[in-house]
Amino acid sequence: MSPDFLNFIETFLNGLMAGVMYSLVALGFVLIFKASGIFNFAQGVMALFAALTLVGFQTGQVPFAHLIRAIFGVEILHWGAGMPTILALILTMGVMVALAFLIERLVLKHLVNQAPIILFMATIGLAWFLEGLGDLMWGADIKPMDVGLPSGGSFWWEDLTATWAAQGSDYYGMYIDTLDVSAAIIAVALVVALSLFSQYTATGRALRAVADDHQAALSVGISLRRIWVIVWSLAGFVALVAGILWGAKSGVQFSLSLIALKALPVLILGGFTSIPGAIVGGLIIGVGEKLAEAYIGPLVGGAIENWFAYMLALAFLLFRPQGLYGEKIIERI
Amino acid sequence: MLQKVDDTAPLLTVNNIEVIYNHVILVLKGVSLSVPRGGIVAILGANGAGKTTTLKAISNLLRAERGEVTKGSITFEGDEIQNLSPSELVKRGCIQVMEGRHCFGHLTIEENLMTGAFTRTDGRTAINRDLEKVYTYFPRLKERRKSQAGYTSGGEQQMCAIGRALMSRPTTILLDEPSMGLAPQLVEEIFEIVRNLNAQEGVTFLLAEQNTNIALRYATYGYILESGRVVMDGDAKELRENEDVKEFYLGIAGEGRKSFRDVKHYKRRKRWLA
Repeated sequence: MSPDFLNFIETFLNGLMAGVMYSLVALGFVLIFKASGIFNFAQGVMALFAALTLVGFQTGQVPFAHLIRAIFGVEILHWGAGMPTILALILTMGVMVALAFLIERLVLKHLVNQAPIILFMATIGLAWFLEGLGDLMWGADIKPMDVGLPSGGSFWWEDLTATWAAQGSDYYGMYIDTLDVSAAIIAVALVVALSLFSQYTATGRALRAVADDHQAALSVGISLRRIWVIVWSLAGFVALVAGILWGAKSGVQFSLSLIALKALPVLILGGFTSIPGAIVGGLIIGVGEKLAEAYIGPLVGGAIENWFAYMLALAFLLFRPQGLYGEKIIERI
Repeated sequence: MLQKVDDTAPLLTVNNIEVIYNHVILVLKGVSLSVPRGGIVAILGANGAGKTTTLKAISNLLRAERGEVTKGSITFEGDEIQNLSPSELVKRGCIQVMEGRHCFGHLTIEENLMTGAFTRTDGRTAINRDLEKVYTYFPRLKERRKSQAGYTSGGEQQMCAIGRALMSRPTTILLDEPSMGLAPQLVEEIFEIVRNLNAQEGVTFLLAEQNTNIALRYATYGYILESGRVVMDGDAKELRENEDVKEFYLGIAGEGRKSFRDVKHYKRRKRWLA
């Protein structure tokens, strides 16, 4: 194989890995949008908040430490050596479920039957609130995330691919980040688990029923409020996973919440209501971005990775507004 | 737990309720009715008379549409139920089949039926037994069990909606406009099943229907609603024979063809009736 072709494969693979990360964020949006028709602007901030909480628990930070110092003058930033990752994960998930419960109680419950735009506005408010709460609870400094995922390039893969190139050519193997690989594996597991859950459990069936026709769901005795708590908890879980993976990649910091912006083109491509759509959309954007950067970039002076996704989304809006997998509307004539 | 129930007391009573939508639109202006245990009671009337609103007031689906019962009371098995959520009512055995079927289009017929069992806690075997029972009442659903409900016919969807309600083991089904958009033959078939369910399973029905003719043939008692008020009620047989009902709802004029002069008279009489 020629080095050029191998380079193409490398770019493609790295694109796929990046795409998986986009898919993960988009997935959270789709879950909530399907079940309640709300476009949850706070999804990115939820990922940030989850990551902050996880790191906070792990390293044994005291929540609201700065607030406590400001009010009581007591300096307690840490309460010990921290806790094992698994315990921190469980506690963080507990916090996300509690958050879902509070959101339903304090926000959604009072906005039943309001226009979607009002609910959307409420989620913007929620995003601001969570951002502030995250800062207040855990501080605004950039923290490293370490949950024991491998990271760095894979030497095994590099050595293996080095032998693929034609004899005598100048090729030293492909670079692939092991963190990206584990992210991909986790994402696949998550999606499989979610689809099994929605296909084969009574709660999953109820979730799909609510997504289809919430009035009818109400009439057969499905409690919408309970479903909303479940859905927001699920979205919180997905946000936690996304927060861990993105946090491990680039540190836990405010800019983590901006990954939500990358999810938008993914959603436009894949359709707002389709879980497979979120996955495929993410992969297309990831791969498209990397390939465009590598092959079109040099022609226009580079740095097109940042806007390529949005251009692609724009093209989709013009020609296929429901996205690749947007729910087909079944209508009898 | 067995409870001693008074068989003669009505299962469901609606006492002089008033319903307001959006805080301003008065839809029901004092509706009262009572449904005996094991009966089939029909609420009749034209478009916009308040039939659906009455049913939704009972099942408490009103609140999801910004409607509110502002006066009067509703009792089911002796308890006031205005403040119960729809899911609590379903657990107590009172379930509504909404107008226009409202099947879950992307779920299969079988999954649709299973959603009806959402509130049940009596285990898988009991639920599967009831599923088979629903299939014996609606053999057609068994044939289509794996198809998405959105792709089935209107009649099949109506059957699916009734079957789904049955899966919650109800004592009372509030059936809204079962004949809507169906061929006359199918309407007959659906009502025949309603009668069977009533006779064999002891399910009480309160149905809202525009098709006065068929409703009065299958019901035991009827209420006629006009602009938010009950204007007439009685045994189905009596209503069928009543001259006014015949003229206004069944379209049978007493004495042949009428002249234009009668129209005025008709309107005046109708207004008086209301």
